[in-house]
Amino acid sequence: MTPIDPRRTGNVAGSNSPGSNLAGSNLAGSNLAGSNLVGTNVPPGASVAVEAIVIGGSAGSVSALGELLPGLPADFPPVLIVIHVLPSSPNPLGNLFAPRCALRVADVEPGEPIERGALYFAPADYHFLVESDRRCALSIEPPVHFSRPSIDVLFESAAEVYGPALAGVVLTGASSDGALGLRAVHARGGRTFVQDPATAEARTMPAAALAAVPEARVASLAGLLDVLRGLEPAR
Amino acid sequence: MDPNEELEMRLLLDAIYQRFHYDFRQYGMASVRRRLLQGARALGCDTVSGVQERVLHDPKAFIVLLQYLTVQVSDFFRDPGYFLGFRERIVPILRTYPSIKLWVAGCSSGEELYSFAILLREEGLLEKAILYATDINPEALQAAEAGIYPLDRVKAFTQNHQASGAPCSLATYYTAKYGSAVFDRSLRKNVVFADHSLATDAVFAETQVVSCRNVLIYFERSLQDRAISLFRDSLCPRGFLGLGSKESLRFSRHELDFEVVMRDERWFQRR
Repeated sequence: MTPIDPRRTGNVAGSNSPGSNLAGSNLAGSNLAGSNLVGTNVPPGASVAVEAIVIGGSAGSVSALGELLPGLPADFPPVLIVIHVLPSSPNPLGNLFAPRCALRVADVEPGEPIERGALYFAPADYHFLVESDRRCALSIEPPVHFSRPSIDVLFESAAEVYGPALAGVVLTGASSDGALGLRAVHARGGRTFVQDPATAEARTMPAAALAAVPEARVASLAGLLDVLRGLEPAR
Repeated sequence: MDPNEELEMRLLLDAIYQRFHYDFRQYGMASVRRRLLQGARALGCDTVSGVQERVLHDPKAFIVLLQYLTVQVSDFFRDPGYFLGFRERIVPILRTYPSIKLWVAGCSSGEELYSFAILLREEGLLEKAILYATDINPEALQAAEAGIYPLDRVKAFTQNHQASGAPCSLATYYTAKYGSAVFDRSLRKNVVFADHSLATDAVFAETQVVSCRNVLIYFERSLQDRAISLFRDSLCPRGFLGLGSKESLRFSRHELDFEVVMRDERWFQRR
Protein backbone atom coordinates (compact mmCIF):
# COMPACT_ATOMS: atom_id res chain seq x y z
CA MET A 1 0.00 0.00 0.00
CA THR A 2 1.15 3.50 -0.70
CA PRO A 3 2.22 5.39 2.40
CA ILE A 4 0.19 8.51 3.07
CA ASP A 5 2.29 11.61 3.50
CA PRO A 6 0.49 13.62 6.16
CA ARG A 7 2.18 16.90 5.31
CA ARG A 8 0.34 19.43 3.24
CA THR A 9 1.97 20.08 -0.07
CA GLY A 10 -0.85 22.14 -1.49
CA ASN A 11 1.56 24.77 -2.76
CA VAL A 12 3.31 22.15 -4.84
CA ALA A 13 0.43 19.97 -5.84
CA GLY A 14 -1.93 22.34 -7.60
CA SER A 15 -4.47 19.62 -8.05
CA ASN A 16 -5.02 19.09 -4.34
CA SER A 17 -6.36 22.50 -3.44
CA PRO A 18 -8.51 22.40 -0.28
CA GLY A 19 -12.14 21.49 -0.70
CA SER A 20 -11.85 20.36 -4.28
CA ASN A 21 -11.92 16.61 -4.21
CA LEU A 22 -11.17 16.42 -7.90
CA ALA A 23 -9.45 13.10 -7.68
CA GLY A 24 -11.79 10.37 -8.66
CA SER A 25 -14.59 12.70 -9.68
CA ASN A 26 -14.40 11.40 -13.23
CA LEU A 27 -14.24 7.78 -12.21
CA ALA A 28 -17.27 5.67 -12.70
CA GLY A 29 -17.65 3.33 -9.76
CA SER A 30 -14.87 4.86 -7.70
CA ASN A 31 -17.03 4.79 -4.58
CA LEU A 32 -17.50 1.06 -4.99
CA ALA A 33 -13.79 0.51 -4.78
CA GLY A 34 -13.38 2.08 -1.36
CA SER A 35 -11.45 5.19 -0.44
CA ASN A 36 -8.36 3.47 0.88
CA LEU A 37 -7.39 1.88 -2.43
CA VAL A 38 -4.66 3.23 -4.63
CA GLY A 39 -6.05 4.80 -7.75
CA THR A 40 -9.32 5.95 -6.28
CA ASN A 41 -10.12 8.82 -3.91
CA VAL A 42 -7.48 10.84 -2.17
CA PRO A 43 -8.69 12.42 1.07
CA PRO A 44 -8.83 16.20 0.58
CA GLY A 45 -5.77 17.93 1.92
CA ALA A 46 -3.74 14.74 2.17
CA SER A 47 -1.06 13.84 -0.33
CA VAL A 48 0.66 10.55 -1.05
CA ALA A 49 4.37 10.27 -1.71
CA VAL A 50 5.22 10.39 -5.39
CA GLU A 51 6.43 7.01 -6.67
CA ALA A 52 6.92 7.83 -10.33
CA ILE A 53 7.04 10.80 -12.67
CA VAL A 54 5.94 10.80 -16.31
CA ILE A 55 7.12 13.50 -18.72
CA GLY A 56 5.94 14.10 -22.27
CA GLY A 57 6.84 16.56 -25.00
CA SER A 58 7.72 17.00 -28.65
CA ALA A 59 9.14 20.01 -30.49
CA GLY A 60 11.71 21.75 -28.29
CA SER A 61 11.57 19.12 -25.57
CA VAL A 62 15.08 17.81 -25.89
CA SER A 63 16.50 21.14 -24.76
CA ALA A 64 13.70 21.47 -22.18
CA LEU A 65 14.72 18.11 -20.70
CA GLY A 66 18.27 19.44 -20.62
CA GLU A 67 17.05 22.05 -18.13
CA LEU A 68 15.25 19.49 -15.98
CA LEU A 69 16.89 16.06 -15.89
CA PRO A 70 20.49 17.03 -14.94
CA GLY A 71 19.03 18.87 -11.93
CA LEU A 72 17.48 15.75 -10.39
CA PRO A 73 19.31 13.84 -7.64
CA ALA A 74 20.56 10.26 -8.00
CA ASP A 75 18.04 8.96 -5.47
CA PHE A 76 14.77 10.01 -6.99
CA PRO A 77 11.57 8.26 -8.08
CA PRO A 78 11.73 6.75 -11.57
CA VAL A 79 11.18 9.22 -14.42
CA LEU A 80 9.40 7.84 -17.51
CA ILE A 81 9.70 9.94 -20.63
CA VAL A 82 8.03 10.06 -24.03
CA ILE A 83 9.49 12.57 -26.47
CA HIS A 84 8.49 12.51 -30.12
CA VAL A 85 11.76 12.26 -31.99
CA LEU A 86 12.80 10.59 -35.19
CA PRO A 87 14.98 7.56 -34.61
CA SER A 88 18.60 8.22 -35.47
CA SER A 89 20.39 5.78 -33.20
CA PRO A 90 19.18 2.93 -30.98
CA ASN A 91 18.81 5.12 -27.90
CA PRO A 92 19.53 8.71 -28.91
CA LEU A 93 17.99 10.40 -25.86
CA GLY A 94 19.52 7.93 -23.44
CA ASN A 95 22.94 8.45 -24.95
CA LEU A 96 22.46 12.20 -24.83
CA PHE A 97 21.43 12.38 -21.18
CA ALA A 98 23.35 9.54 -19.54
CA PRO A 99 26.59 11.54 -19.13
CA ARG A 100 24.75 14.63 -17.86
CA CYS A 101 22.46 13.13 -15.24
CA ALA A 102 22.87 11.74 -11.73
CA LEU A 103 20.00 9.37 -12.51
CA ARG A 104 21.02 6.30 -14.50
CA VAL A 105 19.48 5.62 -17.92
CA ALA A 106 17.67 2.28 -17.86
CA ASP A 107 17.04 -0.03 -20.82
CA VAL A 108 13.40 0.13 -21.77
CA GLU A 109 12.69 -3.45 -22.77
CA PRO A 110 9.62 -5.53 -21.97
CA GLY A 111 9.79 -6.87 -18.41
CA GLU A 112 12.43 -4.39 -17.25
CA PRO A 113 11.57 -3.38 -13.65
CA ILE A 114 10.82 0.32 -13.05
CA GLU A 115 12.97 1.39 -10.13
CA ARG A 116 14.04 4.48 -8.23
CA GLY A 117 17.08 6.32 -9.45
CA ALA A 118 16.54 5.74 -13.16
CA LEU A 119 15.35 7.47 -16.32
CA TYR A 120 13.25 5.49 -18.81
CA PHE A 121 13.09 6.86 -22.35
CA ALA A 122 10.43 5.39 -24.64
CA PRO A 123 12.21 3.72 -27.58
CA ALA A 124 11.50 5.04 -31.07
CA ASP A 125 8.54 3.49 -32.88
CA TYR A 126 7.05 1.71 -29.83
CA HIS A 127 4.37 2.75 -27.39
CA PHE A 128 5.71 2.65 -23.83
CA LEU A 129 3.36 1.40 -21.10
CA VAL A 130 3.63 0.46 -17.44
CA GLU A 131 2.61 -3.08 -16.46
CA SER A 132 0.72 -3.52 -13.20
CA ASP A 133 3.75 -5.17 -11.58
CA ARG A 134 5.67 -1.96 -12.32
CA ARG A 135 7.66 -3.24 -15.24
CA CYS A 136 8.11 -1.77 -18.69
CA ALA A 137 5.79 -2.85 -21.50
CA LEU A 138 6.00 -1.99 -25.19
CA SER A 139 3.49 -2.20 -28.00
CA ILE A 140 3.24 -1.56 -31.72
CA GLU A 141 -0.42 -0.67 -31.72
CA PRO A 142 -1.27 2.06 -34.24
CA PRO A 143 0.13 5.54 -33.64
CA VAL A 144 -1.93 7.86 -31.43
CA HIS A 145 -2.01 11.51 -32.58
CA PHE A 146 0.28 10.32 -35.39
CA SER A 147 2.85 9.40 -32.77
CA ARG A 148 4.43 6.16 -31.65
CA PRO A 149 5.43 6.48 -28.87
CA SER A 150 2.44 8.47 -27.67
CA ILE A 151 2.41 10.51 -24.47
CA ASP A 152 -1.25 9.68 -23.84
CA VAL A 153 -0.53 5.95 -23.91
CA LEU A 154 2.26 6.21 -21.32
CA PHE A 155 0.38 8.62 -19.05
CA GLU A 156 -2.85 6.60 -19.12
CA SER A 157 -1.16 3.31 -18.29
CA ALA A 158 1.03 4.88 -15.58
CA ALA A 159 -2.04 6.55 -14.05
CA GLU A 160 -3.71 3.12 -13.81
CA VAL A 161 -0.75 1.65 -11.98
CA TYR A 162 0.44 4.50 -9.75
CA GLY A 163 -2.83 6.38 -9.17
CA PRO A 164 -2.30 9.32 -6.80
CA ALA A 165 1.39 8.44 -6.43
CA LEU A 166 2.09 9.70 -9.95
CA ALA A 167 3.18 13.14 -11.14
CA GLY A 168 2.68 14.07 -14.81
CA VAL A 169 4.51 16.82 -16.66
CA VAL A 170 3.68 18.11 -20.16
CA LEU A 171 6.40 20.14 -21.86
CA THR A 172 6.70 22.12 -25.06
CA GLY A 173 5.36 20.46 -28.19
CA ALA A 174 3.51 20.86 -31.43
CA SER A 175 0.63 18.40 -31.09
CA SER A 176 -2.15 17.75 -28.62
CA ASP A 177 -0.73 14.39 -27.54
CA GLY A 178 -0.48 14.35 -23.73
CA ALA A 179 -3.69 16.25 -22.97
CA LEU A 180 -5.88 13.18 -22.46
CA GLY A 181 -3.02 11.45 -20.68
CA LEU A 182 -2.62 14.31 -18.22
CA ARG A 183 -6.36 14.22 -17.63
CA ALA A 184 -6.07 10.53 -16.78
CA VAL A 185 -3.27 11.31 -14.31
CA HIS A 186 -5.48 13.97 -12.73
CA ALA A 187 -8.54 11.72 -12.67
CA ARG A 188 -6.62 9.09 -10.72
CA GLY A 189 -5.55 11.67 -8.16
CA GLY A 190 -2.03 12.26 -9.46
CA ARG A 191 -0.30 15.63 -9.59
CA THR A 192 -0.20 17.52 -12.85
CA PHE A 193 2.24 20.11 -14.16
CA VAL A 194 2.47 21.94 -17.45
CA GLN A 195 5.24 24.06 -18.89
CA ASP A 196 3.99 27.64 -19.19
CA PRO A 197 2.93 27.89 -22.86
CA ALA A 198 4.32 31.43 -22.91
CA THR A 199 7.82 30.05 -22.22
CA ALA A 200 7.49 26.96 -24.46
CA GLU A 201 9.22 26.68 -27.79
CA ALA A 202 5.98 25.25 -29.18
CA ARG A 203 2.85 26.14 -27.22
CA THR A 204 0.29 23.76 -28.78
CA MET A 205 1.00 20.81 -26.50
CA PRO A 206 1.11 22.63 -23.14
CA ALA A 207 -1.92 24.72 -24.11
CA ALA A 208 -3.90 21.58 -25.00
CA ALA A 209 -2.86 19.97 -21.72
CA LEU A 210 -4.02 23.02 -19.77
CA ALA A 211 -7.32 23.06 -21.61
CA ALA A 212 -7.81 19.41 -20.60
CA VAL A 213 -6.61 19.90 -17.01
CA PRO A 214 -7.18 23.52 -15.94
CA GLU A 215 -6.17 22.54 -12.39
CA ALA A 216 -2.62 21.67 -13.50
CA ARG A 217 0.13 23.80 -12.06
CA VAL A 218 1.81 26.02 -14.66
CA ALA A 219 5.50 26.90 -14.40
CA SER A 220 8.56 27.83 -16.38
CA LEU A 221 11.26 25.18 -16.78
CA ALA A 222 13.14 26.58 -13.76
CA GLY A 223 9.89 26.49 -11.80
CA LEU A 224 9.20 22.92 -12.92
CA LEU A 225 12.64 21.83 -11.76
CA ASP A 226 11.95 23.34 -8.31
CA VAL A 227 8.60 21.59 -8.21
CA LEU A 228 10.07 18.23 -9.23
CA ARG A 229 12.83 18.47 -6.66
CA GLY A 230 10.22 19.42 -4.09
CA LEU A 231 8.23 16.24 -4.79
CA GLU A 232 10.85 14.31 -2.89
CA PRO A 233 11.21 15.84 0.57
CA ALA A 234 14.74 15.79 1.97
CA ARG A 235 15.21 12.89 4.37
CA MET B 1 -5.81 -0.63 -11.63
CA ASP B 2 -9.43 -0.43 -10.53
CA PRO B 3 -9.90 -3.88 -8.95
CA ASN B 4 -13.43 -4.16 -10.33
CA GLU B 5 -12.27 -3.49 -13.85
CA GLU B 6 -9.39 -5.94 -13.54
CA LEU B 7 -11.82 -8.64 -12.39
CA GLU B 8 -14.11 -7.93 -15.34
CA MET B 9 -11.17 -8.20 -17.72
CA ARG B 10 -9.99 -11.51 -16.25
CA LEU B 11 -13.50 -12.90 -16.52
CA LEU B 12 -13.84 -11.73 -20.12
CA LEU B 13 -10.52 -13.30 -21.13
CA ASP B 14 -11.61 -16.55 -19.46
CA ALA B 15 -14.91 -16.46 -21.31
CA ILE B 16 -13.15 -15.81 -24.63
CA TYR B 17 -10.87 -18.77 -24.00
CA GLN B 18 -13.68 -21.14 -23.07
CA ARG B 19 -16.03 -20.08 -25.84
CA PHE B 20 -13.65 -19.26 -28.73
CA HIS B 21 -10.37 -20.96 -27.73
CA TYR B 22 -8.38 -17.76 -28.11
CA ASP B 23 -6.07 -17.52 -25.13
CA PHE B 24 -5.20 -13.98 -24.07
CA ARG B 25 -5.02 -14.92 -20.39
CA GLN B 26 -1.25 -14.65 -20.26
CA TYR B 27 -0.98 -11.40 -22.15
CA GLY B 28 0.39 -8.35 -20.33
CA MET B 29 -2.56 -6.42 -18.92
CA ALA B 30 -1.29 -2.90 -19.72
CA SER B 31 -1.79 -3.35 -23.44
CA VAL B 32 -4.77 -5.71 -23.19
CA ARG B 33 -6.58 -3.17 -21.04
CA ARG B 34 -6.11 -0.43 -23.63
CA ARG B 35 -7.27 -2.64 -26.41
CA LEU B 36 -10.26 -4.08 -24.53
CA LEU B 37 -11.44 -0.57 -23.68
CA GLN B 38 -11.08 0.46 -27.33
CA GLY B 39 -12.99 -2.65 -28.35
CA ALA B 40 -15.68 -1.88 -25.76
CA ARG B 41 -16.12 1.60 -27.23
CA ALA B 42 -16.31 0.18 -30.75
CA LEU B 43 -19.02 -2.24 -29.62
CA GLY B 44 -20.88 0.52 -27.80
CA CYS B 45 -20.43 -1.13 -24.39
CA ASP B 46 -20.04 0.93 -21.21
CA THR B 47 -18.38 -1.80 -19.20
CA VAL B 48 -16.11 -4.77 -19.80
CA SER B 49 -18.88 -7.02 -18.44
CA GLY B 50 -21.06 -5.58 -21.17
CA VAL B 51 -18.50 -6.71 -23.73
CA GLN B 52 -18.67 -10.20 -22.25
CA GLU B 53 -22.40 -10.35 -22.72
CA ARG B 54 -22.11 -9.12 -26.30
CA VAL B 55 -19.42 -11.53 -27.45
CA LEU B 56 -21.06 -14.57 -25.82
CA HIS B 57 -24.38 -13.92 -27.54
CA ASP B 58 -23.16 -12.45 -30.83
CA PRO B 59 -20.21 -14.22 -32.47
CA LYS B 60 -19.81 -11.31 -34.92
CA ALA B 61 -19.06 -9.07 -31.97
CA PHE B 62 -16.17 -11.34 -31.06
CA ILE B 63 -14.64 -10.90 -34.52
CA VAL B 64 -14.85 -7.13 -34.00
CA LEU B 65 -13.21 -7.42 -30.59
CA LEU B 66 -10.50 -9.71 -31.98
CA GLN B 67 -9.41 -6.97 -34.39
CA TYR B 68 -8.78 -4.70 -31.41
CA LEU B 69 -7.07 -7.39 -29.35
CA THR B 70 -4.60 -8.25 -32.10
CA VAL B 71 -4.08 -4.82 -33.66
CA GLN B 72 -0.52 -4.43 -34.88
CA VAL B 73 0.97 -1.94 -37.27
CA SER B 74 4.27 -3.11 -38.68
CA ASP B 75 6.38 -1.94 -41.59
CA PHE B 76 8.12 -3.38 -44.60
CA PHE B 77 11.74 -3.93 -43.63
CA ARG B 78 11.16 -2.49 -40.13
CA ASP B 79 14.63 -2.09 -38.53
CA PRO B 80 16.60 -2.43 -41.79
CA GLY B 81 19.65 -3.60 -39.83
CA TYR B 82 17.75 -6.78 -38.96
CA PHE B 83 17.28 -7.60 -42.65
CA LEU B 84 20.77 -6.45 -43.59
CA GLY B 85 22.21 -8.77 -40.95
CA PHE B 86 20.07 -11.61 -42.27
CA ARG B 87 21.20 -10.90 -45.82
CA GLU B 88 24.90 -10.65 -45.04
CA ARG B 89 25.41 -13.23 -42.31
CA ILE B 90 22.60 -15.78 -42.55
CA VAL B 91 21.79 -15.99 -46.28
CA PRO B 92 25.31 -17.35 -47.08
CA ILE B 93 24.66 -20.23 -44.68
CA LEU B 94 21.16 -20.84 -46.07
CA ARG B 95 22.64 -21.12 -49.57
CA THR B 96 24.35 -24.32 -48.48
CA TYR B 97 20.98 -26.00 -47.71
CA PRO B 98 19.08 -27.91 -50.43
CA SER B 99 15.83 -26.29 -49.25
CA ILE B 100 14.84 -23.68 -46.68
CA LYS B 101 11.84 -23.39 -44.41
CA LEU B 102 11.24 -20.00 -42.82
CA TRP B 103 8.48 -19.32 -40.28
CA VAL B 104 7.11 -15.83 -39.74
CA ALA B 105 5.26 -16.32 -36.44
CA GLY B 106 2.60 -13.71 -35.74
CA CYS B 107 2.71 -12.36 -39.29
CA SER B 108 -0.28 -10.04 -38.80
CA SER B 109 -1.14 -8.43 -42.15
CA GLY B 110 2.03 -9.66 -43.81
CA GLU B 111 4.50 -6.74 -44.03
CA GLU B 112 7.34 -8.81 -42.61
CA LEU B 113 6.40 -11.86 -44.65
CA TYR B 114 6.72 -9.90 -47.90
CA SER B 115 9.95 -8.35 -46.66
CA PHE B 116 11.44 -11.84 -46.31
CA ALA B 117 9.98 -13.08 -49.60
CA ILE B 118 11.47 -10.08 -51.43
CA LEU B 119 14.84 -10.51 -49.76
CA LEU B 120 14.96 -14.23 -50.57
CA ARG B 121 14.05 -13.50 -54.19
CA GLU B 122 16.82 -10.92 -54.38
CA GLU B 123 19.24 -13.52 -53.08
CA GLY B 124 17.97 -16.17 -55.48
CA LEU B 125 16.65 -18.37 -52.67
CA LEU B 126 12.89 -17.89 -52.91
CA GLU B 127 12.40 -20.80 -55.33
CA LYS B 128 13.87 -23.30 -52.90
CA ALA B 129 12.12 -21.84 -49.84
CA ILE B 130 8.85 -22.53 -48.11
CA LEU B 131 7.57 -19.70 -45.94
CA TYR B 132 5.07 -20.34 -43.17
CA ALA B 133 3.05 -17.24 -42.25
CA THR B 134 1.00 -17.79 -39.12
CA ASP B 135 -1.28 -15.64 -37.01
CA ILE B 136 -4.29 -16.04 -34.74
CA ASN B 137 -6.37 -13.41 -36.53
CA PRO B 138 -8.10 -14.79 -39.65
CA GLU B 139 -8.77 -11.29 -41.04
CA ALA B 140 -5.10 -10.37 -40.72
CA LEU B 141 -4.16 -13.61 -42.50
CA GLN B 142 -6.56 -12.77 -45.32
CA ALA B 143 -4.97 -9.34 -45.66
CA ALA B 144 -1.53 -10.95 -45.71
CA GLU B 145 -2.65 -13.36 -48.39
CA ALA B 146 -4.09 -10.52 -50.49
CA GLY B 147 -0.84 -8.54 -50.31
CA ILE B 148 -2.47 -5.16 -50.98
CA TYR B 149 -1.39 -2.12 -48.95
CA PRO B 150 -1.98 1.63 -49.10
CA LEU B 151 0.46 3.01 -51.65
CA ASP B 152 1.62 5.98 -49.58
CA ARG B 153 2.52 3.64 -46.70
CA VAL B 154 4.49 1.32 -48.94
CA LYS B 155 6.38 4.19 -50.57
CA ALA B 156 7.51 5.31 -47.12
CA PHE B 157 9.33 1.98 -46.74
CA THR B 158 11.40 2.31 -49.90
CA GLN B 159 14.29 3.66 -47.84
CA ASN B 160 14.05 0.81 -45.31
CA HIS B 161 14.29 -1.62 -48.20
CA GLN B 162 17.37 0.16 -49.58
CA ALA B 163 18.98 0.15 -46.15
CA SER B 164 18.49 -3.63 -45.97
CA GLY B 165 21.04 -3.99 -48.78
CA ALA B 166 18.55 -4.28 -51.65
CA PRO B 167 19.88 -4.26 -55.20
CA CYS B 168 16.77 -2.57 -56.66
CA SER B 169 13.73 -0.51 -55.74
CA LEU B 170 10.82 -1.81 -53.64
CA ALA B 171 8.58 -0.65 -56.50
CA THR B 172 9.95 -3.58 -58.53
CA TYR B 173 7.72 -5.88 -56.49
CA TYR B 174 4.33 -4.20 -56.67
CA THR B 175 1.90 -2.61 -59.10
CA ALA B 176 0.35 0.70 -58.13
CA LYS B 177 -3.42 0.70 -58.63
CA TYR B 178 -5.96 3.21 -57.34
CA GLY B 179 -3.81 4.30 -54.42
CA SER B 180 -2.85 0.73 -53.51
CA ALA B 181 0.32 -1.26 -53.89
CA VAL B 182 -0.54 -4.77 -55.12
CA PHE B 183 2.37 -7.08 -54.45
CA ASP B 184 3.48 -9.54 -57.11
CA ARG B 185 1.61 -12.80 -56.47
CA SER B 186 4.66 -14.88 -57.39
CA LEU B 187 6.17 -13.68 -54.08
CA ARG B 188 3.68 -15.83 -52.21
CA LYS B 189 3.79 -18.88 -54.46
CA ASN B 190 5.71 -20.78 -51.77
CA VAL B 191 3.93 -19.27 -48.77
CA VAL B 192 1.67 -21.32 -46.52
CA PHE B 193 -0.76 -19.11 -44.59
CA ALA B 194 -2.06 -20.79 -41.46
CA ASP B 195 -4.01 -20.09 -38.31
CA HIS B 196 -1.60 -20.89 -35.47
CA SER B 197 -1.49 -19.79 -31.85
CA LEU B 198 1.72 -19.59 -29.89
CA ALA B 199 -0.42 -19.88 -26.76
CA THR B 200 -2.33 -23.07 -27.57
CA ASP B 201 -0.88 -24.83 -30.64
CA ALA B 202 2.13 -27.10 -31.14
CA VAL B 203 5.12 -27.18 -33.48
CA PHE B 204 4.05 -28.03 -37.05
CA ALA B 205 7.27 -28.18 -39.11
CA GLU B 206 11.03 -28.26 -38.94
CA THR B 207 12.44 -24.89 -39.96
CA GLN B 208 15.81 -23.26 -40.57
CA VAL B 209 14.69 -19.75 -39.67
CA VAL B 210 12.02 -18.41 -37.30
CA SER B 211 11.27 -14.69 -37.29
CA CYS B 212 8.91 -13.56 -34.54
CA ARG B 213 9.09 -9.84 -33.97
CA ASN B 214 7.10 -7.68 -31.60
CA VAL B 215 4.83 -10.53 -30.59
CA LEU B 216 6.56 -11.64 -27.40
CA ILE B 217 6.34 -8.03 -26.12
CA TYR B 218 2.66 -8.68 -25.39
CA PHE B 219 3.20 -11.93 -23.49
CA GLU B 220 3.76 -12.56 -19.81
CA ARG B 221 6.93 -14.46 -18.98
CA SER B 222 5.36 -17.95 -18.90
CA LEU B 223 3.78 -17.50 -22.33
CA GLN B 224 7.03 -16.10 -23.70
CA ASP B 225 8.73 -19.27 -22.51
CA ARG B 226 6.11 -21.41 -24.22
CA ALA B 227 6.56 -19.56 -27.51
CA ILE B 228 10.35 -19.71 -27.35
CA SER B 229 10.23 -23.45 -26.65
CA LEU B 230 8.10 -23.87 -29.80
CA PHE B 231 10.70 -21.96 -31.81
CA ARG B 232 13.50 -24.06 -30.36
CA ASP B 233 11.68 -27.30 -31.12
CA SER B 234 10.85 -26.17 -34.65
CA LEU B 235 14.36 -25.02 -35.52
CA CYS B 236 16.89 -27.48 -36.86
CA PRO B 237 20.22 -27.58 -34.99
CA ARG B 238 22.04 -24.29 -35.73
CA GLY B 239 18.78 -22.78 -37.06
CA PHE B 240 18.25 -19.04 -36.65
CA LEU B 241 15.77 -17.14 -34.48
CA GLY B 242 15.12 -13.43 -35.08
CA LEU B 243 13.31 -11.23 -32.53
CA GLY B 244 12.12 -7.61 -32.34
CA SER B 245 14.56 -4.81 -31.64
CA LYS B 246 13.49 -4.60 -27.98
CA GLU B 247 13.07 -8.33 -27.39
CA SER B 248 15.69 -10.67 -26.02
CA LEU B 249 16.06 -14.08 -24.41
CA ARG B 250 17.49 -12.41 -21.29
CA PHE B 251 14.58 -13.29 -19.00
CA SER B 252 13.75 -16.61 -20.66
CA ARG B 253 14.27 -20.03 -19.13
CA HIS B 254 15.39 -21.17 -22.60
CA GLU B 255 18.12 -18.55 -22.91
CA LEU B 256 20.84 -21.20 -22.81
CA ASP B 257 19.32 -23.13 -25.72
CA PHE B 258 20.44 -20.30 -28.00
CA GLU B 259 23.53 -18.28 -28.63
CA VAL B 260 23.65 -14.67 -29.77
CA VAL B 261 24.71 -14.26 -33.40
CA MET B 262 24.09 -10.52 -33.84
CA ARG B 263 23.30 -8.72 -30.59
CA ASP B 264 21.98 -5.40 -31.89
CA GLU B 265 20.08 -6.99 -34.76
CA ARG B 266 18.55 -9.59 -32.40
CA TRP B 267 19.51 -12.73 -34.31
CA PHE B 268 20.05 -15.88 -32.28
CA GLN B 269 21.11 -19.39 -33.22
CA ARG B 270 19.90 -22.66 -31.76
CA ARG B 271 22.70 -24.54 -30.04
